[in-house]
Amino acid sequence: MIYKGKQKIWSDYQKEIPSDHWFYVRSCIRQSFFPASEVHFVKIMREVLGKDLYETPHHTTCGGIAYHSDTIPQETAMTIVARQFALMKEAGYKNLVTSCITSFGNYVEIIETWREFPELETRIREHLWKACKREFDVPEYVAHASDLVYKFRNEIAEKAQYRLVDKDTGEPLHIVEHIGCHYSKMFPHKGVGGAEYPCVLSGMAEAWGGNVIDYPERRHCCGFGFRQYLVKANRGYSVSNTHKKFESMEPYHPDAIITNCPGCPYFLDRWQYVISEMNGKTYGQDGHGIPVLTYEELAGLVLGYDPWDLGLQIHQVGLEPLLDKMGIPYDPKKKYLGLNEKDIMKPGLPRHLKCC
Amino acid sequence: MDFGFSLSQSSTVNLDKTDLSLFHRVHEIEPDVAICMACGSCSATCTSSEFTGMSLRSVILDIQRGRQEEARKMLSGCMLCGKCSMVCPRGINTRRLILTLGRVFDGEDRNTRRDIRKEVRK
Repeated sequence: MIYKGKQKIWSDYQKEIPSDHWFYVRSCIRQSFFPASEVHFVKIMREVLGKDLYETPHHTTCGGIAYHSDTIPQETAMTIVARQFALMKEAGYKNLVTSCITSFGNYVEIIETWREFPELETRIREHLWKACKREFDVPEYVAHASDLVYKFRNEIAEKAQYRLVDKDTGEPLHIVEHIGCHYSKMFPHKGVGGAEYPCVLSGMAEAWGGNVIDYPERRHCCGFGFRQYLVKANRGYSVSNTHKKFESMEPYHPDAIITNCPGCPYFLDRWQYVISEMNGKTYGQDGHGIPVLTYEELAGLVLGYDPWDLGLQIHQVGLEPLLDKMGIPYDPKKKYLGLNEKDIMKPGLPRHLKCC
Repeated sequence: MDFGFSLSQSSTVNLDKTDLSLFHRVHEIEPDVAICMACGSCSATCTSSEFTGMSLRSVILDIQRGRQEEARKMLSGCMLCGKCSMVCPRGINTRRLILTLGRVFDGEDRNTRRDIRKEVRK
């Protein structure tokens, strides 16, 4: 009886995610930060899982970054989003999947606002028609791309060539998962596991063999927070947030951090360099940092994609200790060779943080 | 390297690493310190709070969290009028508690408990 009750409560936190036919919208900043993540999400969905994923070069930013930075009003962001919905309607799709957590939060917030205030939706329809003569339907389902990888995590595990296991000891790797704040903190019922038990990333890490660490500041913000970073005078807040998380996770000796937001991996990765320059402290083994990955990069690694094709050389913190632990082969000479073996140049090395 | 911004120290209170010996010493002398429910009536009626920021509620919370310097600094704003003891719903003799806290801060609690009680009741 008690077990059934628990199952009932847990079922309230789950999402029924459609399994196919998605209209994919990319992030405006992820392709600069982690350039191969979205490409590999598309590859995995289409080539490994055989799903129908449609994307159009006509889509734009969702306006979320400007909205959260207080540079445009919400009505402007709504009209931009309405245009994306119009593109989706024209392509014949009803399920929207977003690459970015900010976009996910933005789309969900706008749809919920229209549900509460239908007259606002009518006004935005007029704005869109006046601006570009388009009409839209509200999507039947909005998902974040990590929802889809979570849904198909067991299929990916079946096809995996490597697992999140130390190849020498056979022990599961210690994984820290960090979920973007706009995934389920704003609208808990829209995220897998809600705001209290979000398991979208921990589910992936466990399915692929890892051991998820529960540490005191697990749900603390990564430090991005838009204006905390965008205004230079506030950047101390941003780096102090991230520092607090690292201090909290350090005693558990994490092998990697996985994230599902554009800002989180960027700041958890780059701030490790800044913190090391500020106070000489590093959080990984032997002067290295803790490798930070997007969930697409992690999925790509377990599926056996080449680490340099996944863009891991773009990270500030070197990924080599993690690759060595998992037993993934890589050629150090090819680290800084881009497309068609073009030399993308080796960056300067930090004073304290060991990067390779 | 100067980035133009810096790290702020976290204000997190880690009770596993906090030195609570001062609170325990106060509690030994004035067991009533543990029955405070932090309602804030003492702070609301405090005459000096407007001028010095004095708040007995905050002082008690501070010593429970090992923030002794903050508590000592705040306590110096008390002028011992005793209004707080008239409104405490738990009936704590707050004036006596403040005197005891002052003595503990000054290290005068090293005498026997009985001596201190006798002294503060004068």
